[in-house]
Amino acid sequence: MNAIFPFPDTSGSREKLVVIGNGMAGCRAVEEVLARAPGRFDITIIGAEPRVNYNRIMLSPVLAGEKAFDDIIINGPQWYADNAIALISGDPAERIDREARMVVTRSGLALPYDTLLIATGSDPFIIPVPGHDLAGVVTFRDLDDVDRMIAAAEVGAGEGSNAAVVIGGGLLGLEAAHGLALRGMQVTVVHLMPTLMERQLDEAAGWLLRQELERRGHTILTSANTKAILGAAGRVAGIVLEDGTRIRADLVVMAAGIKPATALAKSAGLACERGIVVDDHMQTSDPAILAVGECVQHRGACYGLVAPIWEMCRALADHLTGSGGGGGYEGSVTSTKLKVSGIDVFSAGDFSGGEGCEDIVMRDAAHGIYKRLVIRDNRLIGAVLYGDTADGNWYFDLLRRQEDIAAIRQSLIFGQAYAAGGAGGDPHAAVAALANDAEVCGCNGVSKGAVICAINEGAHSVAAVRSTCKASASCGSCTNIVESLLALTLGAEVEAGPKTLCGCTSFTHDDVRRLIVERELKLIPQVMQELHWNTPEGCASCRPALNYYLLCAWPGEYEDDETSRFVNERLHANIQKDGTYSVVPRMWGGITSPRELRAIADVVEKYNAPMVKVTGGQRLDIFGIRKEDLPAVWADLNAAGMVSGHAYGKALRTVKTCVGSEWCRFGTQDSTGLGVKIEQATWGSYMPHKFKIAVSGCPRNCAEATIKDFGIVCVDSGYELHVGGNGGIKVRVTDLLCKVETEVEAMEHCLAFIQLYREDAHYLERTAPWIERKGLEWLKAQLFTDPDRIGRLAARFRLSQKYWQIDPWAGRAAGAHHDLHQHLAEVRPLALENAR
Amino acid sequence: MNSDTVGQWLDIGPVTQIKAGSARTLPVAGGEEIAVFLTSRGEYFALVNKCPHKHGPLSEGMVHGDSVTCPLHNWRISLRTGEALGDDRGCTPTIPLKVDGGRLFLLREAVLAPRRQAAVGERALDTAA
Repeated sequence: MNAIFPFPDTSGSREKLVVIGNGMAGCRAVEEVLARAPGRFDITIIGAEPRVNYNRIMLSPVLAGEKAFDDIIINGPQWYADNAIALISGDPAERIDREARMVVTRSGLALPYDTLLIATGSDPFIIPVPGHDLAGVVTFRDLDDVDRMIAAAEVGAGEGSNAAVVIGGGLLGLEAAHGLALRGMQVTVVHLMPTLMERQLDEAAGWLLRQELERRGHTILTSANTKAILGAAGRVAGIVLEDGTRIRADLVVMAAGIKPATALAKSAGLACERGIVVDDHMQTSDPAILAVGECVQHRGACYGLVAPIWEMCRALADHLTGSGGGGGYEGSVTSTKLKVSGIDVFSAGDFSGGEGCEDIVMRDAAHGIYKRLVIRDNRLIGAVLYGDTADGNWYFDLLRRQEDIAAIRQSLIFGQAYAAGGAGGDPHAAVAALANDAEVCGCNGVSKGAVICAINEGAHSVAAVRSTCKASASCGSCTNIVESLLALTLGAEVEAGPKTLCGCTSFTHDDVRRLIVERELKLIPQVMQELHWNTPEGCASCRPALNYYLLCAWPGEYEDDETSRFVNERLHANIQKDGTYSVVPRMWGGITSPRELRAIADVVEKYNAPMVKVTGGQRLDIFGIRKEDLPAVWADLNAAGMVSGHAYGKALRTVKTCVGSEWCRFGTQDSTGLGVKIEQATWGSYMPHKFKIAVSGCPRNCAEATIKDFGIVCVDSGYELHVGGNGGIKVRVTDLLCKVETEVEAMEHCLAFIQLYREDAHYLERTAPWIERKGLEWLKAQLFTDPDRIGRLAARFRLSQKYWQIDPWAGRAAGAHHDLHQHLAEVRPLALENAR
Repeated sequence: MNSDTVGQWLDIGPVTQIKAGSARTLPVAGGEEIAVFLTSRGEYFALVNKCPHKHGPLSEGMVHGDSVTCPLHNWRISLRTGEALGDDRGCTPTIPLKVDGGRLFLLREAVLAPRRQAAVGERALDTAA
């Protein structure tokens, strides 16, 4: 026992209030009680930590070296003495005897109570991985933890060799990482979720935060699941992730979350769920026992932030002393700020969206600002701010008071000063008030007057303004000002702009493609931020488009985002209306062999495929395969030398051939041989849409080459190259591109045409509409004006193939992405009933 | 099977089984398959794995925000309510889910309830008045 203060005189008949917990909630509750009824209670506080009451929230600045322990003490020894509070510290309460109304501490001290207050707070959540109990694995909860971290940082200080791994990329984890980095450690943050602080921040803000932390030298690993903590000689030496990655560490900080500390309450038989269940007056299931702080569960919610806890303490004191309104505690709306110097992050309320919710999003890429407000029924229900949090408190206030924001809605995102200012809530008014020589487009130096001039000269849409005076043509952040100027100048005559990529952006496909390359954008969230996406994570239209544009622009660098793929490309098979899949192995040029046919026949029988069909692309389609059987089917097909036919992808599909000069009496060239060569060069490549090739051995055109995206018709003197054909809903016969003499040239032209299509077309635009949109003359000019262009395009295609020409089936057959194919478990009601 | 009941809740295993922005499936013998989703914001949802339109497997759809786009005909379904969004009408039953101690739990009754055929939705007519 370590009682640092003597017991006060207990001979009087004052009510005995015993508080378990010397932390923020327990002491604040005592303060509130003392303020209402000084001298009424005989108070004893039991604390597990051997020290006075301090501000736990400020441990982050202590770790960062910005504050000392003395700076964060809330109530020093004098407070306990002045208020005649007995403090039993370093001697945790071990048992509550509700019958005898007595608390027993570890040292055996028995303390009788009239009212007991439980404020045990929360415990860090320890991930139960192997090695979690090694020396050097710490949590981030109390001053001892901070001391341990500081000691670890100092061990190798100066040598620069000290490495720390922080498990958990939430508020606490990032603050720990920041403090350790300031103390000279090499910090790696390992986070289970794909974005940092996902409880407080949406994907966009999480991405900005990550960028900033990486710029500061932290290594951030997301979607990273810790498998084990590795040790050497009883001390931590590193961690290993589920995917096998090993990271060296001299210190591992577990900051994976907290859970209410309910063990004591539970053993006393109090009602506990996630936390100790309390009513609006913080009363537990035993009327003589109250509870407050992080350990409680109120109306189903547990809180880990300070503001709600203060509210709870007030309600508790009102009730206990019989003063105040007595309305009780009604739950809290919470807000969060990250305490990392130089990074401004604010989040409040519910920003998960849902029925009837609308988002207002503002992004200023140049200044690294992202703001998102979530509105429902003209009330603000959530806010996420990154980079500029000046209006955080104002938004939080609107949110808590549930004020009707209809009148200021249009200018709400610009903040309090603007919404309440002279503009009267009309964003057009602010633009109208700008001087004529005011610069509206910083990138291109265009004044308001110049924009109005362009509009008066006939630029009646945003696109027209962009192409004439260049305002909003670069970063696009002034698009809303240009739109306002159009509305002000033209009234209702504003022309709808060209089709944007989707409703999430004001940019067209062409703009997005151009800006991805120009500004070297290499991740989907980065594109969304820099190009001012107005939704937090895009939609089912823009995500696959961006994924394609990025993989096309940055071969070898861009990592495919599976969550942005349509099901067929994610499962590498074609989904059918009953939810099963069809599987098409590649048959080069439509040629097959007994071995391949046997393997296919075996698969059909082994997996009870109800149908196998010859496709229009000269191969076989096996129907009715369940997603869980796909990897095994692929393993069997791989074993016979077959790879994915990509019949499911926006990719190179088939190369259809006729038999050509090898067999056919009319054949002029080796069409099958050329078809096989082309297919072997082009398979595996992703495209804006599906892409089909055919090679016919003579003008009789048995391979139907003139309704393919790229068709070759062999003639005596060489090869006619045809492009832009389509046999779909709207049949289109190809245009003749040119005639070449050799197979090598035919091949080179084919690769160049494919690459031009890949780099220029819009996502989901077949070659036929692409060529109709751009014109055959444009296409010819692109390919033939510069004699080196074909070679360069073909070289870029070959470079891309270096990274993408991989059989996706092989990896899956070997067990990759197992989770995409296997069920979680299976529920069998009968088995369940029997087990009970 | 690995699942066992905890009170009225069915333990379906650790939270780490599902990758953010995707779903996994849980067949129910004699009942409807269930899809369990994890959004990129870290929220879990469980729904009957059938689009109200033509019963497409929602588990294979693209997840964005708290909705999923059905892989068959691009209906958007709210993961929160099961309702079709936009101009489409229909609803997929949702299953109450909770996360506790790093594990996922589904409400047993809801999982095992003999289920009427998910209502077939109607596509809104283009001829809006």
